Amino acid sequence: MDLIAFYILATIVTVAALGVIVSRNPVHSVLFLILAFLTSAGLLVLIGAEFLAMLLIVVYVGAVAVLFLFVVMMLDVDFVELKQGTLGYWPLGLIAGALMFGEIALVTFARGNVVSAGQFDPSPGAETNAEAIGLVMYSDYLLLFQLAGIVLLLAMIGAIVLTLRGKTSVKRQNIGKQVARTRAEAFELKDVQPGEGI
Amino acid sequence: MNIGMEHFLTLSAALFTIGVVGIFVNRKNIIVILMAIELILLSVNINLIAFAVFTGTITGQIFAMLVLTVAAAEAAVGLAILVVYFRNRGDIAVEDVNLMKG
Repeated sequence: MDLIAFYILATIVTVAALGVIVSRNPVHSVLFLILAFLTSAGLLVLIGAEFLAMLLIVVYVGAVAVLFLFVVMMLDVDFVELKQGTLGYWPLGLIAGALMFGEIALVTFARGNVVSAGQFDPSPGAETNAEAIGLVMYSDYLLLFQLAGIVLLLAMIGAIVLTLRGKTSVKRQNIGKQVARTRAEAFELKDVQPGEGI
Repeated sequence: MNIGMEHFLTLSAALFTIGVVGIFVNRKNIIVILMAIELILLSVNINLIAFAVFTGTITGQIFAMLVLTVAAAEAAVGLAILVVYFRNRGDIAVEDVNLMKG
C-alpha cells in the first residue's frame, strides 16, 4: 500500500519536474514547480517526516513559488523569443544528465544498500516528529538555528536594498549635501547698475 | 515489500538530474534556471531526510531545514537581482550579461 502511494507520488514528482524544465510558458513552469513541491511533501509524510513536509509546503509553495509567480508575471518579457534556438542545448544537456545519473546510481547501488546501520525512525527520542526536531534544534543546534535566522534577515535586507527606488517626488533633506555647502557656491555678490536688472 | 531508502535515493537522483539538465537546456531563461536550482535543492532535501529517517537520526532533518532556509534566501535575492536587471536593461537575456567583461 505504501509502495503504491510512493510510486504514484514519485511519478507525479518526476513528471512535474520535467514539466518545469520543458514547458514554454514560465507560468506553467512555476505551477509545475508547485506541484512537485506538494507531491514531495506527500512523499515526506509517507515516511513520517511530517514537520519537514509542512515546512516544505509553507516555505516553498507559500513563499518561494508565489515569489516566482509574481516576478514572472511582473516582468514583461517575450518568453517565446527566449525559447528560440534552445533545441541545440538538448544533446549536451542529456549527455551531462545521463553521466550524472549514472554516477549517482553507481555510488548508490554499487555495493547494494548504502547504509545498513540504524533503523527506520522518523522521530527518534520523542513522540512526534516536530517534538524530536525541536528537542535537538533548540539545544544542540542552537547556533545553526540563529545563523539561519541571520541568513534570512540578510536576504530580506538585501532584497529590499536591491529593489528599493527612492521617491523622486518627495523633497527630502540631504544632510551630506547640506553640510558640504561652501560659501563660494551658496553666495554671490552682484553689482547692480542703476536702471538695469541682474 | 516496504519503502526502502533506495526508492528515495533513486527519486532524488532523478530529480537532481532533471534539475541539472534543466540548467543546460534553458540557458537563455534565467527564471527557469532559478527554478531548476530549486529542484536540485529539493532533491538534496529529499536525500537528507531519507537518510535521516531510514537511519533513525534527527540531524539530517535539521540540516534539511537549514537547506530550506538558504534556498528561500537564495530565491529572494536572486529574484531581486533579476528585477533590478530587468529595470535597467528592459529584458532578461542572460547571454547579454557581460557588462563586467574586462
